[in-house]
Amino acid sequence: MNLTLRIWRQSGPEDKGRMVKYQVDDVSPDMSFLEMLDVLNERLILAGEEPVAFDHDCREGICGMCGLMINGDAHGPQRGTTACQLHMRQFSDGETIDIEPWRARAFPVIKDLVVNRNAFDKIIAAGGYITAPTGSAPEAHSVPVAKANADSAFESAACIGCGACVAACPNGSGMLFTAAKVTQLSLLPQGQPERYTRVIGMVDAHDEAGFGGCTNAGECTAVCPKGIPLTTIGRLNRDYLAATTKQGDTPGT
Amino acid sequence: MAVTGILLVLFLIAHMLGNLKIFTGATSFDHYAHWLRELGAPLLPNAGFLWIQRVGLLAAVLLHIWAATVLALRARAARPVRYAHRKKVRGSYAARTMRWGGVIILLFVIYHILDLTTGTLNPVGDPARPYANIVADFAPERWYVTAFYTLAIVALGFHLRHGVFSALRSLGQQTPRGEQRARAVALAFAVVLCAGYLVVPFAVLTGLVS
Repeated sequence: MNLTLRIWRQSGPEDKGRMVKYQVDDVSPDMSFLEMLDVLNERLILAGEEPVAFDHDCREGICGMCGLMINGDAHGPQRGTTACQLHMRQFSDGETIDIEPWRARAFPVIKDLVVNRNAFDKIIAAGGYITAPTGSAPEAHSVPVAKANADSAFESAACIGCGACVAACPNGSGMLFTAAKVTQLSLLPQGQPERYTRVIGMVDAHDEAGFGGCTNAGECTAVCPKGIPLTTIGRLNRDYLAATTKQGDTPGT
Repeated sequence: MAVTGILLVLFLIAHMLGNLKIFTGATSFDHYAHWLRELGAPLLPNAGFLWIQRVGLLAAVLLHIWAATVLALRARAARPVRYAHRKKVRGSYAARTMRWGGVIILLFVIYHILDLTTGTLNPVGDPARPYANIVADFAPERWYVTAFYTLAIVALGFHLRHGVFSALRSLGQQTPRGEQRARAVALAFAVVLCAGYLVVPFAVLTGLVS
């Protein structure tokens, strides 16, 4: 396959940035999208040019590092797939592919296609944990969990924090990420003591980080590589409403 | 957004049911309109109920617009650099057009009040004879009035299709099956309300009501 790429190049946070055109020939349809970028980078290095910076780690679709806006789709055209698991057979010979970084005020560009997702860490630090003492795993039967709750919690726990929800959201909102983390803990017994301070803290941290507000447009769930359902946002809303009317919850989170 | 939206939806239902009284004839329809002014008498002064309703609705509309503006401004601030290549919002046409649809509805409401409440823009404009005002309004030679009315009602239908679902979600609808039900309810409600409002001008246009 021969492809034309238009890639966002930005040398640093202060640079204005621009789309630059590259020609990549002899791309195998069996390559992953990131391998195709590796091929381009090798050629750029041989030609003495600066390679394209992009985030990646496991390349197995579970670490959440990779994240590219490919032709206006977060993680590309295939649903439920991260960019590293996307194969070039999803594209056709001679196609022009636009590659951009996630666009959000809360995710400033560090270089080229790499963005700083520290804002997600701040949301987690505001309540995405339990303060119960940890240690060796307890006997599984000592704390019963309803199967339906365990399944829903697991579904939310599949979130890899890649930021595709923010990238796709017409409002630049990180509500699907926040809701997935809130849901995961609020459905399990271990998450109950801090349930209501958690949701307030995490939503406040979300808003403070400069994300937009949710309007239930549903773009996030359409692009989520882990298929986190939009219903998690309903669970967050319900916890939030309960939290604003509840008094005397665990302070200090 | 959700709470003020629900208040406005309750008014829309009552207003549609009132409109449909046009099919019971001029005397009955005019009587209904006059009854609205006398509602609550003698406890309330003449048109007292209407003024309470107007103040409530105005507050709901202003708060609704304020919330929408805050969301729109936050959305704009949240993405300072735009995408060079951006796909349309896939969720639904309704979700994509909430903001501009809302603007169309607002412009229509202003026109609608000047037309049928104050009578300023109505060819008859007689507050004592609302039936005659409506028949004159949607007369075939004033097709542009009917066209604007239809556009606004269709915009309202799309607004409700996403709005009703979104309001239920904002108030804590949280199960997958409930989401399907909420979407179905929103769609059915939008269609019924659209039909209920559109049947009046088209009945006048076709001569069914004259």
